[in-house]
Amino acid sequence: MAHLPRRTHSILLILSFQICFSTIFAVFGSVFFQEEFSEELLLKPLPDRKVLAHFHFETTAPPLSTSHGRHHHLFPKAIAQLVQKFHVKEMELSFTQGRWNYDRWGGFDPISSSNAKPPGVELWAVFDVPKDQVDASWKNLTHTLSGLFCASINFLESSTTYSAHEWGFHPSSGGLRYGTLPREAVCTENLTPWLKLLPCRDKAGLSALLDRPSIYRGFYHSQRLHLTSSESHSSGVESGIVLEQALTVVLQPNSHKTSKTFLSETKLQPSWSLSSIFGRKVTGRCVLAKSSNVYLQLERGLVTELENLQKDNAITGPDHIGSGGLKDNPGFELSVRPDKEFKEANILHRKSSSVLYEYSIERYSAFEPFDLGLTWKFPVVWLCPRAPLHSSRFLMGSGNQRGTIAISFISTDLEEGFLGANIGEDSCKLQANIFQVVPWYIKVYYHTLRVFVDGKPQAIANVVEKMHVSPSEDKVSPGVMELVLKFPCAVKSAALTLEFDKGFLHIDEYPPDANQGFDIPSAVIIFPNFQTSMQYLEDNSSNKSPMLLKFQEKSPVLSYTEILLVPLTTPDFSMPYNVITITCTVFALYFGSLLNVLRRRVGEEERILKNRASKKAGRLPQLLSRLSAKLKGKEWEPPKSPSTSSSFISSKLILKVLIVAGVAVFWQYYSE
Amino acid sequence: MGESESESEAPKVKLRPIVRLGMFLISHSHLLSVVCCTAGVLTLLLLPLLAKNTYISENALMPGSANPMLSSQEVSEANGLVKDLTNLDLKPMASGIESQRLIAQYMSNLGAEVSFQKFYPQSNQFHPLHFFSSPDSATIRENISCSSYGLNTVGIIRAPRGDGKEAIVLVTPYNSEKIGLGEALSLGIAYSVFSLLTRVTWLAKDIIWVVADSKYGEYAAVDAWLRDYYIPVFSGLGIQNAEMCHGLEENAITERDMRDGFKRAGTMAAALVIKVVDRSEQFEDSLSIYAEASNGQMPNLDLINIVNYLAVHRQGLRIKVEKMWSLLNCKWLMILGEILESLGHLAKSLNPQWKFGIPAVDYVEGTATLASSLYYQALGIPTGPHGAFRDYQVDAITLEISSRVSSNNKGRQNDFLLRGGRLIEGVIRSVNNLLEKFHQSFFLYLLTSPSKFLSVGVYMIAFALLVASLPMVAASLYAHANNLDPGFEKNKSNHPASASDELGITLRSWKWLYAAKKVLVVHLWGAVVLLLPYFICQIPNCSPTTSFVVWVLLSIFSLIILFWILGSPFSYVNASQPQQREWALLKSVTISAAFIGLCLMSVINFATAEIGALLMVPMCLMAHPLKLDVKSRKLRNFSRVACNLALAFIGFPPTAFLVFKCVFEGFDGISVGDFWNWLESIWAWSSATYLYIGMIHLPCWILCIHVILHPC
Repeated sequence: MAHLPRRTHSILLILSFQICFSTIFAVFGSVFFQEEFSEELLLKPLPDRKVLAHFHFETTAPPLSTSHGRHHHLFPKAIAQLVQKFHVKEMELSFTQGRWNYDRWGGFDPISSSNAKPPGVELWAVFDVPKDQVDASWKNLTHTLSGLFCASINFLESSTTYSAHEWGFHPSSGGLRYGTLPREAVCTENLTPWLKLLPCRDKAGLSALLDRPSIYRGFYHSQRLHLTSSESHSSGVESGIVLEQALTVVLQPNSHKTSKTFLSETKLQPSWSLSSIFGRKVTGRCVLAKSSNVYLQLERGLVTELENLQKDNAITGPDHIGSGGLKDNPGFELSVRPDKEFKEANILHRKSSSVLYEYSIERYSAFEPFDLGLTWKFPVVWLCPRAPLHSSRFLMGSGNQRGTIAISFISTDLEEGFLGANIGEDSCKLQANIFQVVPWYIKVYYHTLRVFVDGKPQAIANVVEKMHVSPSEDKVSPGVMELVLKFPCAVKSAALTLEFDKGFLHIDEYPPDANQGFDIPSAVIIFPNFQTSMQYLEDNSSNKSPMLLKFQEKSPVLSYTEILLVPLTTPDFSMPYNVITITCTVFALYFGSLLNVLRRRVGEEERILKNRASKKAGRLPQLLSRLSAKLKGKEWEPPKSPSTSSSFISSKLILKVLIVAGVAVFWQYYSE
Repeated sequence: MGESESESEAPKVKLRPIVRLGMFLISHSHLLSVVCCTAGVLTLLLLPLLAKNTYISENALMPGSANPMLSSQEVSEANGLVKDLTNLDLKPMASGIESQRLIAQYMSNLGAEVSFQKFYPQSNQFHPLHFFSSPDSATIRENISCSSYGLNTVGIIRAPRGDGKEAIVLVTPYNSEKIGLGEALSLGIAYSVFSLLTRVTWLAKDIIWVVADSKYGEYAAVDAWLRDYYIPVFSGLGIQNAEMCHGLEENAITERDMRDGFKRAGTMAAALVIKVVDRSEQFEDSLSIYAEASNGQMPNLDLINIVNYLAVHRQGLRIKVEKMWSLLNCKWLMILGEILESLGHLAKSLNPQWKFGIPAVDYVEGTATLASSLYYQALGIPTGPHGAFRDYQVDAITLEISSRVSSNNKGRQNDFLLRGGRLIEGVIRSVNNLLEKFHQSFFLYLLTSPSKFLSVGVYMIAFALLVASLPMVAASLYAHANNLDPGFEKNKSNHPASASDELGITLRSWKWLYAAKKVLVVHLWGAVVLLLPYFICQIPNCSPTTSFVVWVLLSIFSLIILFWILGSPFSYVNASQPQQREWALLKSVTISAAFIGLCLMSVINFATAEIGALLMVPMCLMAHPLKLDVKSRKLRNFSRVACNLALAFIGFPPTAFLVFKCVFEGFDGISVGDFWNWLESIWAWSSATYLYIGMIHLPCWILCIHVILHPC
């Protein structure tokens, strides 16, 4: 047991020196199921003068049967226990702040479709337990995660917030639960526990770049935790647990006040370096990591532009550091020469393919820190690849009673390469899946679904191929809608509308700040016909980094729509006080008069009155009874009621009151 | 004791106190109604005294807690835009589309998402059935020609770290065909704020800047944009795109953003309409706030409070709200103010803690502001483009900054842009701080000055006092009309009440049904009168005066027809059984109808109900048959006749309108056509006041006239 870490260490040392040997040892290592950790960082300039930084950490643990019982070297124990206890087959948890801009930051690459997440918390998990235990496992899992990540994920435990779906979001066999918390605020308290899962935390390696102020200053920030385990008894292949942690940030490099120049011709992209966007440099790798690389990705559109630029000014100096196909590119300059350059294996897209520069940071140390910088020399304008349809969701109508949810699709003018050969065919269909969860207080009438394609109303059956709806149940479960839509390929715009009524909540179901309104979580739009996969041609394909392997995976293009805010009828929360006062008054009056009626015996009263009249008792009671009789009789005959005595009494009373008031005023006046 | 028991020995029915109280009120209804009415009018006059200082109720707003970040850099950028726009205007060949493109270029250079929204002017058609319905999406678009459309330019800044659920809207209306300096400056202010907001880090809500093309009116442009935002039409989309007349050619990069159609952000939290007027006669910059939306709806008071606080305490602008200027020179108001002031002094000398006196000048100003506040709320017509937002439950106000700005004085213009921009920045920052929507402060209020308000709890008193006397008088009239005759009979024959007699009594007690029917018929006629202008409008080439005359004639004609058809059985009964007290019953039912109508109206538009009650309550209460008064020749009766005639004169809506117009605006150029125009504007904006005049006020007036001229 003690010799194992030393062996890992030695393997890593060998790795750094001899690449050819390392492959053998890696194979050797994987045979013996070692725990492995790798750290990678992908940097990518974005068209709108921002920089994307994507950290990817991957930790693997061998299956329980082959490892040393419950002991781990690198793998976080908390996660391993969680997997074992709740039989989690697959799980993804993301904390996001800000919105991913699908138009400007891309919607058709692996990063956007697997790392762009809706704001707030999103959690989904597949359990490997019998169907009736799934909900209990989910409940426990949410509580555990909420403790682990200092977030209110435990609010997902109630059945009104999560949903089980059939096929809309993720292909699975029934054991999947999905829930989002759009209002969860994400901050460092969530990042710290996430970093604690890394073997080097943020003390060494690439994660040391994560300077809290600079990453939270960004435009988008999403930390993700993806877990796959195949400890299941059912599946034959056992690969243990793979914990994949990704942090995606979009940062704005400090431009030197270029905003004054207005014309886009002179708009130079801001130059940046690692130290300028993060405020730190990489001072070396995490020694526990198997591989530790930094990549710089240039998008397809950017490469095309650069090649054009290269063609335009053929006379360029030889001193440019760029390498590979863009060896003497005039557009930009890199401060560090890349170790390797990969070109995307481009089968579909004829024009040009994206380029990836690799920097291995094993040779950098605190004395010689790694600080990649990119300096633009010529203004370049390019477009990022976008999903076939730009989808947006919005609310229609106003007022507190009803409204309409609308999802609109607008074609993004695909390059002809995307759709390939079948563009000419009439039967060409563009498939889009919609998965939408709506809380129960938004009572969606699914029968009101209407579809418009290119401004014309369509019969549902023409467009909707498959549909699965589970209507919401008040205070029990949210409404789930899963749709498979097939549009003609030449579609310009399409829209879906669904009407809903706004429900009423019980007073203790209102969240704090109820007057803000209520959130409808993002809908998920999936284009299953379009796969994002980036295959990079490499010299030795066996030694691929986990991140690049992840990019290679074929996954459908996926995008999230906006979160909607629905204003519901909100009571005035100071109202209970008023209501209590009013109801108490009304009840007092009511019971008082009721008791009065019940207690009274009319016959008895008459008798007593008669007795009293005949008795002619003492002076005072007589006076009282006379007074009461007068009051009683007054209304009956107004002309003759005012008797002398009563008027005398009242005038006397008024006189007294006046005297007292006068004395009071006098006193007040002279006391000053 | 002896009297009461000898009177009726069997029933020692001790009545419930509440019944006794009711009977007491009914028996003293004359005195009480006079007291209530005068108290109501007095309270109305006292309202400026009772106004409270405004305060910021929502703690999250924190106006002015941050230093303004708007610097001279943004102002100089904005100056560039102003210069470009005015230059564009000087060029003869500049088409309307040029200015929009220029603004869009400026917006997209800031990194905002830009989109254009095309809309067609909608003629203000009177749809009698669409009165209270929400803005209709399925509007018929007739004779759309290529040249006649407006083009709104919309820029959106996405809050960098926000979740995009909420948005703040800035609106700057400008006429794309003729850009004045004021409009260019308002665009400059909005642009300076917009360019600042693209850089700030504190933004939590998205910012939408709508540059509304006010070629066809400011309201129409904003309303068209809002309609597309809230009630988009999907089915017409393709057709609309197909008949794009001359497309907007843009640069390659901005084109993609603009073509994607209508851009949206989340739920709107608040909207600010910015306007600049060039008033050369003033020496200092001032800011007018317009807040009234349709049917007297007001934005949350907090929104006005923030603007007021920031303008006064941060930017040193003078704040104004609309006033009735003619009231400022009123002699009697001044005298009243002085009396109240001296009363206040007296009270203060008695007890220094009683502070209800305000200076007479303040009182007069407060009254003038209150009167205009009441009038504009009662009118039910929005006082600016902000009214369109209120229809979608968005709080909005119009800020009209008036200044003495000339294009040649650069320093002054810069200073003006800086102050205006900082004010808007501060307001946006406050609203941005807001976590919930505006709900803390008042929605029902009247302003007596920019920093003083009357909440609903206070101004209701006047109305309640005015209206309270109506049910009492109605009940007492009914009781008198029913009780007097049976009372005689009862006295004559005490116990043996035969069956036929009982039948007679029950018949008589149902007598009011005839009166109720008459009232109902007259109210029905009111509805008919309401619909008549729709048909009169169809007559081509009609001057307001002639249409008004036609309307009056048609109304009288329809009244006669209705009486002929429905009123005849009533007159039969009347003839067969002459009833002395018939007019009393009629008056009682009229008063009850007026009461119900006023109470309903107070829910819909309080100010209308208040003004209506002022006119109607004395008229209804005073109405008494002339014949009876003339018969008994006493001074008291003659004064009643005079009062009746005067009140009936002032109670008729056209005469009331014309009299008030004479009083406030002078006598020159008054014609009956003015009333028609006024009414037309009311129904064009589908104000509930129109319904009130036709369905409640006019029928009540007719019935009162009927009572006055009753042949008893």
